[in-house]
Amino acid sequence: MKRIALLGMPNTGKSTLFNRLSGASARVGNWPGITVDLMSAKILLGGHIAELIDLPGLYDLHGFSDDEQVVRHFLSNHTVDLVMIVLNSSQIDRQLSLALQIKQLGLPTLLLLNMQDEAKRAGITIDTVAMAAQLGFPVQTISAKYGDGCPQALQAAALVLNTPVSTIPSPAHVAQLLEVDTQIEQTMHNIVKHAVQMPTQLNDETTDRIDRVLLHPWLGLPLFFLAMFLLFQFIFTAGKPLQDGMAWLLELFRTTALEPLFASLPAWLNGLLLDGIYNGIGTVAAFVPIIVLFFLVMSMVEDSGYLSRAAFLMDTLMAKMGLDGRGFVMVLMGFGCNVPALMGTRVMRSRPMRLLTMLVIPLSLCSARLQVFLFMIATLFAASQAAYIMFALYMVSFFTIFLTAILFKHQYKSTEPFILELPPYRFPTPRQIWLRGWQEVKHFLSRATKFIIIGVVLVWLLTHYPTNVAPASSATWAGQIGQLFAPVLNPIGIDTQLAIALIFGFVAKEIVVGSLAVIYGLQGDALSQQIAMNIDWVQGMSFMLFTLIYTPCLSTIATMKSESKSSGFMWLSIVWSLALAWLISFIFYQGARALGL
Amino acid sequence: MTVLSQLTPGQQGTIHAIHAEQALYQRLNALGFRIGKQIALIRRASFNGPLHVRIGATDIILRESEAQRIQLDLA
Repeated sequence: MKRIALLGMPNTGKSTLFNRLSGASARVGNWPGITVDLMSAKILLGGHIAELIDLPGLYDLHGFSDDEQVVRHFLSNHTVDLVMIVLNSSQIDRQLSLALQIKQLGLPTLLLLNMQDEAKRAGITIDTVAMAAQLGFPVQTISAKYGDGCPQALQAAALVLNTPVSTIPSPAHVAQLLEVDTQIEQTMHNIVKHAVQMPTQLNDETTDRIDRVLLHPWLGLPLFFLAMFLLFQFIFTAGKPLQDGMAWLLELFRTTALEPLFASLPAWLNGLLLDGIYNGIGTVAAFVPIIVLFFLVMSMVEDSGYLSRAAFLMDTLMAKMGLDGRGFVMVLMGFGCNVPALMGTRVMRSRPMRLLTMLVIPLSLCSARLQVFLFMIATLFAASQAAYIMFALYMVSFFTIFLTAILFKHQYKSTEPFILELPPYRFPTPRQIWLRGWQEVKHFLSRATKFIIIGVVLVWLLTHYPTNVAPASSATWAGQIGQLFAPVLNPIGIDTQLAIALIFGFVAKEIVVGSLAVIYGLQGDALSQQIAMNIDWVQGMSFMLFTLIYTPCLSTIATMKSESKSSGFMWLSIVWSLALAWLISFIFYQGARALGL
Repeated sequence: MTVLSQLTPGQQGTIHAIHAEQALYQRLNALGFRIGKQIALIRRASFNGPLHVRIGATDIILRESEAQRIQLDLA
């Protein structure tokens, strides 16, 4: 099989082209030694099945950023039959350097000049024949967004692939060449002079006008918060009915199809299949609508060019926490749901900064935790106090995010300079938006499903075995674990029943209230009264603090592992959040008791 | 000698020298920061935030600390 590497500078529409060429067949591939996800797809080209790989955007083949190292690592370890370089036509005068660097490697190459539509509007004309003659490989103008020139580009690619070459440079040879630094400034200048006509000063009036408002010294930040609030509202108001609908469908399928079907099975197998595996599938499915919506909105924000503007607006504050403005957007989204927020950190191209952002996101009070708090507050506090308690919990959430970022910012110190391009505002096409949402869901399902189902089954086992005792009672394995940890949990006011609820909460916070019903064997008001009798408000508050800070859910853990590609990092996140949860609950509980509350 | 961070929004200059270690130098270079190029400061973010500059067709944001390393000749 032929292998085609797609590479180019950031913001040149490389991924748009990849999506156009691959359709929905793209998948995330595993490449040894590479810590970011590389999308790849099999495409039919000139009678060959070729594997097309979307390499991360890079400025300079000899650069030192994480992404530049990934590309070098890839080219130094894998044979490549064709390199397709994607550059932005409007910025060809500086981006051509990348094409010249690739040329030096001697790999079969095709240069694609993207955003032909924008260049045309800006009055730039490029003589591709003259450029190709100077470069020594074919050049094709395209518009990846609208598809213009893409069939011709594929033909050109097929032609290059079918042209017999004496030898394709071996990865080892490429690796050697990559170490040689080069002077190509002069060549670049010559080619541009001969082949490109460009107005001296390019002005995108529309972008300038929008920027004058959106990046306004006083209006910029309020508008940013307003925009974030509206997006957030949209995702979660539109997401709620979809999630409810999904839950309803799953329940319907269970009661009408699965329960009669499995009725004759032994109780343990029935329980394992329905309460274990099927509930696990349900847990995964519940995230699908939110992830789709989140990435529909995120791809709009990202492709429109606003995300880089957010970085500009929020940088001052975030820099103090060792993060940048894009991290802020993700943390904010974490207040809705941690899982897509973690996946969204992929826009951050510096690995340390991305890890730091991923470490703080699970501390944001997501909508699932909100449900637990609303129930506990209604049970233990007067209605007049409810708003204050809720506000306090949000403050604690912000505090833990801030504390974690400050404490870990030296471990995850980003060495990359904060220099970002501000692309002009663009409207993404519906196709671009839809493909992105679909790919992210596929990604989540393929990476997280197994992990989550195993976790749900495990918790089911712990809370239903041994079989001769009441499910979720203190006599089950979960209860025994709760008792085992009593020396640790007593100092924070958490009894065995609540400890079992915390074990359930490890799967998903959505099921905590339901699990309390199972644990106490009561429903509705009776359950609230029983809890209010069993624990006082200090214990309840301690329980809420712990719930707020410790691991949000299995899906978050699974996403953490698949996004960081590091089990060690996943464990760090789990251990840190557990330790912090215990510490803060301990300080609160013992402090309150010391004050005689 | 003026450095980029001293410009006021709307002011322009020509890049005279870039004082940066290799990694930063290469990144700046790839984004079009080259000696002899015209550069304009478009705006600054509030609270001493990053600078928004324009070189040719490219708009770039960078922090004060990086902007201090770019020396300009004023027109």
